[in-house]
Amino acid sequence: MLGEPIEVQDLLVTAVNSAGEEVEIVKRIGFSLAAGEVLALIGESGSGKTTIALSLLGYARRGCRISGGSVRLGATEVLKLPAKELRDLRGHRVAYIAQSAAASFNPAKTLMEQVIEAALIHKVMSREEAEAKAVGLFRELALPDPDSIGARYPHQVSGGQLQRLMAAMALITDPALVILDEPTTALDVTTQIEVLRAFKRVVRERGTTAIYVSHDLAVVAQMADRVLVLNGGEIQEQGEIDQILEHPAHPYTRSLLEAARPDQKLSPPPTTPGAELLRIDDLQVGYGARDADGVPAKVVLDHIQLNLARGRALGVIGESGSGKSTLARAVAGLIGPSRGAVQFDRRELTPTLKGRTPDQFRRIQMVFQSADNALNPSHSIERILTRPLDTYFELDGRERKRRVAELMDLVKLPQALLKRRPGELSGGQKQRVNLARALAAKPDLLLCDEVTSALDTVVGAAILELLVELRRELGVSYLFISHDISTVRALCDEVMVLFQGRCVEQGPCREVIQNPQHSYTQRLIGSVPELRRGWLESRPSFTDSLEALA
Amino acid sequence: MRNPILRLLLGRLASGVLTLLIVSLVIFAITSLLPGDAAQQILGQFATPEQVAALRTQLGLDQPALLRYFNWLIGLVSGDLGQSVSNALPVSTLMAGRLPNSLILAGVTTAVSVPIALALGIISAMRRGGAIDRVLNVFTLSMVAVPEFLVATIAVLIFAVHLGWLPALSYVSSVENIGDFMRIYAMPVLTLCCVLIAQMARMTRAALIDQLDSPYIEMAQLKGVGPLRRVLRHALPNSLGPIANAVALSLSYLLGGVIIVETIFNYPGIASLMVDAVANRDLALVQACAMLFCSAYLVLVIAADLCAILSNPRLRT
Amino acid sequence: MSQANSPRAAGSQLPVASPSRRNRAPRHAMRWIGASLFGFWILVAIFGPMLAPHPVGALVGDDMFAGASAAFPLGTDYLGRDMLSRILTGARYTVGLALIAALLASSIGASLGILAALAPKWLDETVSRLNDALISIPSKMLALVMVSAFGASIPLLIITAVLSYAPGAFRISRSLAANLTTLEYVQVARTRGEGRLYIAWAELLPNMIHPVLADMGMRFVFIVLLLSGMSFLGLGVQPPIADLGSLVRENIGGLSEGALAVIAPAVAIGTLTIGANLLIDSLSASRGQQGD
Repeated sequence: MLGEPIEVQDLLVTAVNSAGEEVEIVKRIGFSLAAGEVLALIGESGSGKTTIALSLLGYARRGCRISGGSVRLGATEVLKLPAKELRDLRGHRVAYIAQSAAASFNPAKTLMEQVIEAALIHKVMSREEAEAKAVGLFRELALPDPDSIGARYPHQVSGGQLQRLMAAMALITDPALVILDEPTTALDVTTQIEVLRAFKRVVRERGTTAIYVSHDLAVVAQMADRVLVLNGGEIQEQGEIDQILEHPAHPYTRSLLEAARPDQKLSPPPTTPGAELLRIDDLQVGYGARDADGVPAKVVLDHIQLNLARGRALGVIGESGSGKSTLARAVAGLIGPSRGAVQFDRRELTPTLKGRTPDQFRRIQMVFQSADNALNPSHSIERILTRPLDTYFELDGRERKRRVAELMDLVKLPQALLKRRPGELSGGQKQRVNLARALAAKPDLLLCDEVTSALDTVVGAAILELLVELRRELGVSYLFISHDISTVRALCDEVMVLFQGRCVEQGPCREVIQNPQHSYTQRLIGSVPELRRGWLESRPSFTDSLEALA
Repeated sequence: MRNPILRLLLGRLASGVLTLLIVSLVIFAITSLLPGDAAQQILGQFATPEQVAALRTQLGLDQPALLRYFNWLIGLVSGDLGQSVSNALPVSTLMAGRLPNSLILAGVTTAVSVPIALALGIISAMRRGGAIDRVLNVFTLSMVAVPEFLVATIAVLIFAVHLGWLPALSYVSSVENIGDFMRIYAMPVLTLCCVLIAQMARMTRAALIDQLDSPYIEMAQLKGVGPLRRVLRHALPNSLGPIANAVALSLSYLLGGVIIVETIFNYPGIASLMVDAVANRDLALVQACAMLFCSAYLVLVIAADLCAILSNPRLRT
Repeated sequence: MSQANSPRAAGSQLPVASPSRRNRAPRHAMRWIGASLFGFWILVAIFGPMLAPHPVGALVGDDMFAGASAAFPLGTDYLGRDMLSRILTGARYTVGLALIAALLASSIGASLGILAALAPKWLDETVSRLNDALISIPSKMLALVMVSAFGASIPLLIITAVLSYAPGAFRISRSLAANLTTLEYVQVARTRGEGRLYIAWAELLPNMIHPVLADMGMRFVFIVLLLSGMSFLGLGVQPPIADLGSLVRENIGGLSEGALAVIAPAVAIGTLTIGANLLIDSLSASRGQQGD
C-alpha cells in the first residue's frame, strides 16, 4: 500500500479540566499533506501535538473528546467511521509509533506475537507470512539476530532495539500513514542517531505518508519535508523545513530555534580559578553487598578523580547509566562511596550525611532535576524558602522577610507567588524556587543534577541563563550534571565525560568539545543532531558497538 | 526451571515458614500469659493446692515457658495437639470430626464465588464508568461493608420464614440426596458468597484497570485490537498475579466469615468448634484451631505469590 | 507479602475514577447518602441515650418480640424491652469503641510506619517482618484467642482491635512514606541536615495524610464488623452492656418468626458500615480526580 494524502480541517479537541469545565486543547486547526510526504508537528508540552496525532487515528485519550472537524485519509472520513470500521483502520491503514517503547510493549507477550498482531487481526496475511515479513523488517531496521529476536520478551532487549521493533510493528501491514510520536525522545543521543537512520530509511523506501511529532527541531530537520509549529493548541507557523530553519517568520518559532542551541547565545563568565574547593580522589561508588575487598556488587562509578576551584563550574556529561547522577549524590552524602575520598575546602567529608557539620551542610547545596518532585507540595513557597534560612542563620522576622524577598528577586519571581503552593506554579517557576531554596543557604558549591532536562526547551534555556548570571553575580561554584552538551558548554569552564562509570576524558570545556580525544567522546559529540538538513546523511555509520569503546 | 526462579520460590516458602513460626509464638504467648492455668480450670475451684500442683506437674505446666513452647510446637508438627479440657477428648479427634464439614463448606463457596466474581470484575473493568460498572460499584461497595449476620438474617427471613423453601438450620447428618445437599448448603454458601464475591470482584476490577491504563493497552487499541481481546489477551496475563492475590485474600476472609456463618446456621465445622472452645476457655483446642486457620491463610497467600511469580515472564524466562 | 492487610481492605484500593462528567452526579449522590447515614449514627452515638423513651433495661411491653407500634416503634425484644431505646443506647458502644480503636490503631500504625521508613535498613526490615507475621493472623482469629485467654472486657476488646488493625495501618503508611522518601524534596531536606523527626512531621506527614485518613475510615468499618461479630458470638461486650451486635444475638430466637427485634439492630450495623464505606470511597475518589 502506498502513502495516501491526508487532510485535516477545523479539528477541535476538548478536555474536561479539574474544575469540570470543558476546555479546548486543540483549537480548530487544519493542514494537508500529500501522499508520501513527511510532516513534523513541533511544539512544547501542552502544545497539543500528541493530541492532534492521536486524532488522526480517530482516538482521544480519557477525559478528552474530538468535538469537531474532519480528518480525511485518502477517501475516508476518519472521524465519522463507526467503531468497527475505525478498528479496521487502526494498525492497518494508519499505524502509530509511541514515545516510550518500553511501556508500549506488553511485558507478558513475546515481541513477535506483538509485532504481527495487527496483521493477524486485520486478516492481512497468514501467521507464517507475517512472521516472515517481520523478520525481513527486523533485518531492514538493522536489529541484531533478526531471525530469533522475535522470540524474546520486551525486557530482554534494549531501549533502542525496542523502538525499532515498534517501527516493525507499525509497518507490518504496510500502512498508508505512519504517526511517529517523539519516537527517539527517551533515547540517548548515541542510540538516537541509529534509530533515526533506520526510521528514515524504512519510511522513505515505502513512500509512506508520515507525521513526525517532536519537540526537537534538530531531529525534525533530519526527518521531515514540512513543519507545523504548534503552541497552546494553535498553529503558529507552517512551511517547508528549510524555510522554517532559515527564515522563521513567527517569533515563537524564533524563540524555539534560539533555545535549541543555548551555547550560541550564552557562554560561561570569565573567572580566575580560586583556591581548591572540591577534590575527589579515586572515588568508587556502587550498590549491593560488598565483597571481601569492599567492592560493591554493582559498581556504578570507579576511579573518579576531580578538582574544582572556587568560582569555577565543572560539567559532568554522560548518557543514562554513566553514573553521573551518582557522582552528585556521593558528594552530597546521599550514598556512601566504597573507596576514595571527597575533600571540601581542604577538609575530608564524611562518606554519608552522618557526621557532617552544619556549616558543611550549608555550603554544599543540591538542586535536583524534576521541578515536580523537588518542592514539597503541601508547603507554601514562603515556607520552602524560609526553612533553610531558619536552619542556617539566626534572623529576626524582618530580616527573614527581607532575605526571602531578595531571593525571589534573585531568581526573578514576583513576590506574589510567596503565598502559593508548588502545584500552582509552572515548571519553570518551580525550578526557580528550587534554585532560590539552594541559594538561601549562601552556598559555595551547587550540585545541579540535570536541572534543565525536564523542562521545555525555551523554559530550560531561561533557567540556564539564570544559572550563568548567578555564577557571575554570586561567584558560586557548580558541579553541573547533564546529558546535553550544549547546555554544559553554555555554563561550564571544564568538562568531564563519563562512560559506564569511568571518566574517559576531562579538560577545558571548549577544547574537549571542539577536539575530543577519546573515541566515545567523539561519538557522543558527533551524535548530537545539528539544525540543518542532510546532517544525518553526512554522519558516518558506527558499526562497532558502544561496549567496545569501554 | 532455572536457578533464580527456584531460589525465589524457595525463599518465598522459607519466609512463609518463618512467618508461621512467629505466628505460633504469638498465639502461644497470648494463651500462656493467663493469670490462672489449665490445671486450675480442669479441677475446678474446689481443688486443693496439692491436687493442682500434681496436675501441673503431670501436664508439664511447671516447666519454663520456652520449653513448653517447644514441646507444644513439636506436638503440633507431629500431630499431637493435646487434650481438650471440656470434652475430655484428644484435640486431634475433635478436629478431625469437624474438618471435612468445613472443607466442604469452603469448597462449595469457592467453587460458586470465584467464577462469578471474576466475571463481574472483568465486566465492570471493561465497562468502566458505564451504567453496569456504577451499579456494580455501589452494590459491591455496600456488600463488603455488611456484617455476615445481616445477610444471614435476611436470607433466613426470606427463604426460611416467608417462603419456607429452606431450613433455618443446617443438619449435615441428614443429607441423603443432592436435593438435601442443596437445601442445606444454600443459605450458608449464599451468605458467605455475598461478601466474598463483592470483594473479589472489586479487587479483580482494580487489578485489571491498573493494567488497562497502561500505555501498552493504548498501543493495542491503536493497532485496532477490540475491547474483549484487549482485556482477555493483553491485560489479563499481566493481572494474573494481582488477581491470584485478590482471590487468596478474599478466600482467607472465608476463615473469618465461617465463624459467624457456622454459628448462625448451627453448622458443625471447625469454626463453631473453636467458638465453643473459646466460650469454655478450652485453650489447647483454641490454640490448635487458631494455628490451623493461620496456616490455611498463609498457604493461600503463598500460593498466590507463587502464581504471581510464575506468571511473570521477567522471572519465568 | 500482599498489598492489602485484610481482604476487606479491598474497598480502600479504589482506582482513580475517570474525570468524565457523567460520573459526577452519582458520586455526589453516594457521598450524600454516605455522609447522612454515617452522620446519623454519630449523632445517635452522642445523643441517643438521652433520647431513649424508656430505660434500657425496663421491661415495658407485655409481649415478647412485638412488632412495630406507636408505643414501641421498633417493637420489643425477647424480654419485652423497648427495642428503640436499646438501639439508641447500644449504638454508642458500637460507634464509640470502634472510633477509639480505629484512632489508636491508625495513629500507632502510622507513626511506627513513618519512623520505620526513615529508620536504618536493618531495623526497618526487622519491624516489617514482625508486622507481616501479625498481619497474617486473621483479625477474628486473634480476637478469639485473646478472648479465650483474657476474657471479654471493654479494654481488652479495644486492645484486640488495635492489635488486629494497627499492623495494616503500619504497612500502608510505611509504604507511602517509603515512596515519599525517594522524592527529591525529602532528599533535599536530608542534605540540608534536617533530623528524622522534622522530615517525618513536615515533609512526609502532610503529603500522606489523606490516604492515611481514608485508611483509618476503612479500619473503623472493619472494627465495627469485628466487634459486632464478636458480640454476636457472645464473646464481645458482655451483659448488661449491649452493643448492636449483642442485640442481634439476644434476639436471635425471634428470627424464625421474623421479629423486628433481630432485624432492626442488624440493619443498624449495616447502615452504619455501608454509610461509612460510601463516604470514604466517594471522598477518596474525588481526591484522586483533583490530583490529575
